[in-house]
Formats: sequence, C-alpha cells, structure tokens
Amino acid sequence: MQTAVPILHEVSYLEYKGKYKGLFSWILSTDHKRIGLMYMYAMMTFFLIGVMLGLAMKLELIAPGRTIMGPQTYNALFTVHGVIMIFMIVIPGLPAVFGNFMLPIMIGAKDVAFPKLNLLSWYIYMTGSILVICSVLFGNGIPDTGWTFYAPYSFKTGTNLLPAIFGAFVLGFASILTGLNFIVTIHRMRCPGMTWLKMPLFAWSLYGTAWIQLLATPVVGITLVLVALERIFGIGVFDPALGGDPVLYQHLFWIYSHPAVYVMILPAMGAISEIIPTFSQKHIFGYKAIVASTIAIAFVGYFVWGHHMFTSGMSGTAQYTFSILTFIVAIPSAIKVFNWISTMHKGSINPDIPFLWAISFIFVFMIGGFSGLVLGALATNVYVHDTAFVVAHFHFIVFGGVGFAFFGAIHYWYPKMFGRMYDKAWAKIGWAFFFVGFLTLYSPMFYLGMMGMPRRYYDYLPEFHAANILSTLGSWVMAFGLLIIIINLFRSAKNGAIAPMNPWNGKTLEWTVPSPPPTENFEDIPVYGEKDGPYEY
Amino acid sequence: MENVTQHSEPHYDPEASKLGMWLFIFTELLLFGGLFIVYSIYRFLNPVAFQLAGEELNVVIGAINTIILLVSSMTIAMSTTALQQKNKKLTLFLLIVTVVLALVFLVNKYFEWGTKFHHGIWPGSPHLINDMSKGEILFFGLYFVMTGLHALHIIIGMIFILVALKRVQKGTVNADRPSLLENAGLYWHLVDLIWIFLFPLFYLIH
Ligand code: HEM
Ligand SMILES: [Cu+2]
Repeated sequence: MQTAVPILHEVSYLEYKGKYKGLFSWILSTDHKRIGLMYMYAMMTFFLIGVMLGLAMKLELIAPGRTIMGPQTYNALFTVHGVIMIFMIVIPGLPAVFGNFMLPIMIGAKDVAFPKLNLLSWYIYMTGSILVICSVLFGNGIPDTGWTFYAPYSFKTGTNLLPAIFGAFVLGFASILTGLNFIVTIHRMRCPGMTWLKMPLFAWSLYGTAWIQLLATPVVGITLVLVALERIFGIGVFDPALGGDPVLYQHLFWIYSHPAVYVMILPAMGAISEIIPTFSQKHIFGYKAIVASTIAIAFVGYFVWGHHMFTSGMSGTAQYTFSILTFIVAIPSAIKVFNWISTMHKGSINPDIPFLWAISFIFVFMIGGFSGLVLGALATNVYVHDTAFVVAHFHFIVFGGVGFAFFGAIHYWYPKMFGRMYDKAWAKIGWAFFFVGFLTLYSPMFYLGMMGMPRRYYDYLPEFHAANILSTLGSWVMAFGLLIIIINLFRSAKNGAIAPMNPWNGKTLEWTVPSPPPTENFEDIPVYGEKDGPYEY
Repeated sequence: MENVTQHSEPHYDPEASKLGMWLFIFTELLLFGGLFIVYSIYRFLNPVAFQLAGEELNVVIGAINTIILLVSSMTIAMSTTALQQKNKKLTLFLLIVTVVLALVFLVNKYFEWGTKFHHGIWPGSPHLINDMSKGEILFFGLYFVMTGLHALHIIIGMIFILVALKRVQKGTVNADRPSLLENAGLYWHLVDLIWIFLFPLFYLIH
C-alpha cells in the first residue's frame, strides 16, 4: 500500500481520484463498481429508446387499420425493439450491472479476476450496441426481420440488416467475456472460509448464467456469421435455392436462444433470492434446493429449443421429446417459487419497496411460467403459436420477470451503490402504477392470442378492437409509472437522504462495507468462520 | 490470502489466467463445433457431391500445411520449455520460427484459394451457381467459410505470439511469470487442433 495516500481506503469509489480526471476516470476505470454503473447508464438509455418504440407500436394498435404508421414502419419497430431489448438489455442486464457491482463484494474480493478484460467487455458491449444503432440510422431501410433474423428472409430483405447482425455477434462476445470473468472470479477469489455452499445465491445464479453464456453464445455467434456471409456472398448454407436448409437456421438459432432466456432469468431469480430472505429476516428456505435447481435449469435448458419450432416441420418423435423436456424444465423454476414462499412463511416481513418488487415478480413470473406450459404442450402450441399469446407469455417472463427483478435489485442495492436513499413514497407510487399498467398492458394479449390475433402485424380484425384499446391504455399507465421510478432514482442519487451501511439488515458481505463502498471494497479481506453464512439471521 | 490486491498493481494469479484461457478455448471449440454440425448434416444429405467436390482440393498443399502446423506447435511448446530453462535467446528464436511457419501456412493458403478463384470457384461465383450441383455449392461454401475462419484464427494466434515475443524480449514474461507465453501456446495448439479436423474432412474423406 502506498504511503502517499494513507486515507485511500476511506474514500468511496465515487470520489476516488485515480490517475485520470473527469470522464476519463470512468471510461478508463477498471473498478468493477464503476464499470457496473457505466453498464447501467448505457442500458438505461437504450431501454428508454426501446420503451418508446414499444409505446409507438401500442399506439398503432389502438385501432384497426393504419393509425400512425404503415406496415413497413411497424415491421422495423418490432425488429429494432426486439434487438435492443433482447441483445442489449435483458441478456447482459443483471450480470453486467449488478453482477459487476456486487459479485466481488459478495464473495469478499477486491475486484473481478480480470479487471482490464472487464473494462474491455464494456467497450465491446458499446461497440455492438452502436453497430445496432447504425443499422437504424444509415443504409436504405431499417431492418425488418424480427429479432430472430429468420432465414431466408434475413438475406433477401433489402434493408440495412448487416450492422444489426454484426452488432448482435459483437454483443455476444461481450457476454462471453463477462461470463468467463465471473467463472474465474468465483473459482479463484472467494474469501477464505467461503465454501461453495456458503456462497450467496446471487453469486450462484451468476455462476450458472456464466456457464450458459460460455456454452451457448458461440453457437449463435457462428450462426449469425453464416447469415451475414450468406447475405454478402451467397454461400448457400441456409438458402434453399442453393441447396441449404432454412430450418437448420432455426435450430441453430434456438439452440442458443432458448438457453439465452435462462441467461436472462437466472440472475433475476438470484436477485430475488437475496431480497426475500433480507425482507423476511429469515434464513432462506432450502438453500441447497435453490442451488440445485439453478444448475438443473442451466443444464436442462439446453434440450428444449425445439419448442420454438413445433410448427416448422419436425418429426413426431422430436416434437414429443421437446414437449416433455419443456415440461421438465418448468420443475426447477417451480421449486424456486416454493422456496421463496416458504422463506416468507413465519418470517418478520418488512414490506418495503424491494420486497414489493419481489412479490410482484413472483406473481407475474408464475403467470408467465404457466402460459409457458400452455405453449409447451403440443396441441395448444399449434393453436396459439405466433399469436399475441406468445407475446404475452414472453413479456410476462422477460419484462415481468427480468424487468421486475431488475427494478427490485436496483431499489435493494441503491443505497449501497450511491450511499443515498431514494424517496420511498414516490418509489411505491411508481411501483403501483407500473404493476397495474403492466397487467393491463399484457393480460389482454393472452385473450387476443386465444381468439386468434397473430403477432407482428400492424393491423387486426375489428372484433379485437376492445381488448387492444385496454392494452394500449395499460401501456400509458405503465410508462407513467416508469417515469416516476426513473425520475425518483435519478434525483435521489444527488439529493436523497444519506444511507446507512446496512439499511435493510442484510447479512451478505456487501452490507458490511461502507455505503458507497471504497474503491478496494475491503480494507482487509473478510474471513468466513464455521458459523458464518450469507443468511444467518 | 494476506497479500493485499491493489488496483495500481494487479495481483498475479497464473491459475486464474490459465483457467480463463481454457474457458476461452472452450468457446472457440464450440464456435467451430457449430460449423462442424452444419458440415456433417450437409455431407450426410449430399454424400456424392461432397465426394466429387473434395477431389478438386489439392491434397499435397493440404498435407504440407498440416505438417507445417504440427511443427509450429512443437516449436512453441519447445519455447516454453526454453523459457523455463531461462534460455531467453532460444525462446525468442523458437517463437520467431513459429511465426514464420504460420506465415508460410498463410502463403500456401493464399495460393490454394488463388487457384480456386482462377478456376472460377468462389462463394456465389457464376461458375459455381450455374454449372455445379447444390451439394457442390454447399461444399465449396463451407470450404471457404471454415478454412477462412481458421486462417483468421491463425492471424489472431500470430498476433498473440508476437505480443508474447515482445514481452519475453522486455523480460516481463520470464521463467517466474510464464503465463502469457503458455497461454499463447495453448491458443496455438487449439488453432492447430482445428486444422487437424478440417484437413481430413475436406481433403481426405472420399
Ligand atoms: C416455465 C418455463 C417456460 C416454458 C415452459 C416456456 C415455453 C415457451 C414456448 C413453448 C415458447 C414458444 C412459443 C411459440 O412460439 O409457439 C416460448 C417462447 C418464448 N419464451 Fe418461454 N417458456 C418458459 C420460460 C421462459 C423464460 C424463463 C423466458 C425468458 C426469460 C422465456 C422467454 C421466451 C421468449 C422470449 C419467447 C418468444 C420467442 C419468440 O418467438 O420471439 N420463456 N416459451
Ligand atoms: Cu424456449
């Protein structure tokens, strides 16, 4: 330790004066906490863009026929909305922001294993995102294939698709490097005495996620490269005119993209597994069952991709197999829900904001999961495939699940990250609007899908009008709630009341360091004794 | 665990960097794994066309390139041993040999692809699309993609080795801190290994 700066450990990471000044002290910092915040600011910006595109689509659907845009614009909107939301927000989401910020602190380390690689990942993430945005701003026409880039349309469309595909590829690379960094960090840098089964559940979920990122992302990477080459040269692999098979593209795409949905949801479940015991002031129920189900999800999730392709031409045997496996993958998720509920049972519950997000997470996640079973069953899938029902399903899971967990996590860790507390009354009002708006927005889509309204159309039959009006109204209520939440968080970072070290009486290690934490997190690396653990209340 | 890690001076954990490298290699294998799956599916569907097209490739150049890569794997392995024995000169020499061998590989590839172009065969070329069967189009499409991607990995590997070489020269990579060189070696073996699969798949199976 340098003697010239003896008070180094007193200074928080926000005030720390390193080699560089101003903006550079952020964009050249290898501090995992600053990198986490940089991801957060970038993602919030992209998220707001994505939300606006979503609101525009809902506005178009307020009445049948052309309302504010034509079919081509609508196609472009759902494509860009999907690419931004999936590849730039929910896939990297929780690991990049809260994983980066919290993982080292939670396992008692001073940083991740490869801090420079971590910063590099952020740059790669930004490069990928900017490429995606370039595909919108330049070229002749905004991509219109949907976020799935299905062949053969993805190399027939005249729109500027290449930067978007390349951007998704680059984003995957950032995801791989973050996963790699976390695996090595968890293997090598847990503090003395923290055995695997004493690791906080959020860290476990990041570990499971990191393996999926590592194992699945390269496959979609090469698939996207093949589509790009198909577009540029016409190599033939997915082009039926040249002997290729477009259904093979769908297989390769979903081999990644189904596990990718677990990349999204596992860290979300991990964050919920932190919030629930803290706000029940009780040891988590069934720690080992949660760990085992995390690993089971990561594993079984590889073998169910075919459920996205029941109608694409598959043998009967393949269909049954994928359907049964899809049912099996729902079991570990259900185990977690049981564990969370049992943790609350007889706990002394503190119904503060993060807890409200957590229980609303469980609620919407269960609806999403049950609708997943409807989709996983062969007979019903054929009926509702490619309808608004699927849109409702994945929004309940991806937005309801990952989104609610993200907001829960940010309200939970905010005092630690910024050293200040947000206005709790406004936070509750924002949450209430958001929750009600969310349900009003997406629930009607289950009904619409059942009645036969297809997804990805700017228009619909007159009999769907009433439910669509309701849904659009819901989108406004939700957006209003979102606005309150974000303004509240934004303002409180400067003006909020000073937060204590451990405002929620949490037991994991991040609550043992000052708020906000010093640059090095710990003055001395903590040591876990026999009796210590992350949830010892 | 008493040593305090600082941002100004990151700690040195060779185990961690090796683990990281292995994980990265794993992802590279999966990247090519996707291509191998595509290749086997189309070979299964078009056995005759793949055989015919395969006969057009030059087995001699392929074999020479295989030998070159195997030797280069040996030289880089020897360079790590030389580093351990604190023989800096020999280490540098062996690394230069490795890079030169990689260059020779690329030159051969250049001529090989050049001949194909000369015969009017490149992805999407009129000759390929108009005069050949769908199986042959797929074969050559995959041939250019897979050997091209492999060549790209050769270039990345060369850069990696050159960085290691520079560090050995400066002395920051030495017998006590050999990680970077060892990782460059691991990566180079991977590039070699992938070629060992590509060579029989495209040039030999008939
Ligand atoms: C209980 C577990 C789940 C089951 C049984 C399930 C089942 C399904 C099925 C069968 C489909 C295909 C519907 C179709 O296109 O016909 C689907 C679509 C989808 N699911 Fe799930 N799912 C589950 C959980 C999740 C989770 C955890 C996520 C994300 C975090 C997710 C995200 C999605 C997305 C994004 C799509 C739509 C993809 C598209 O076509 O654009 N699902 N789900
Ligand atoms: Cu799926």
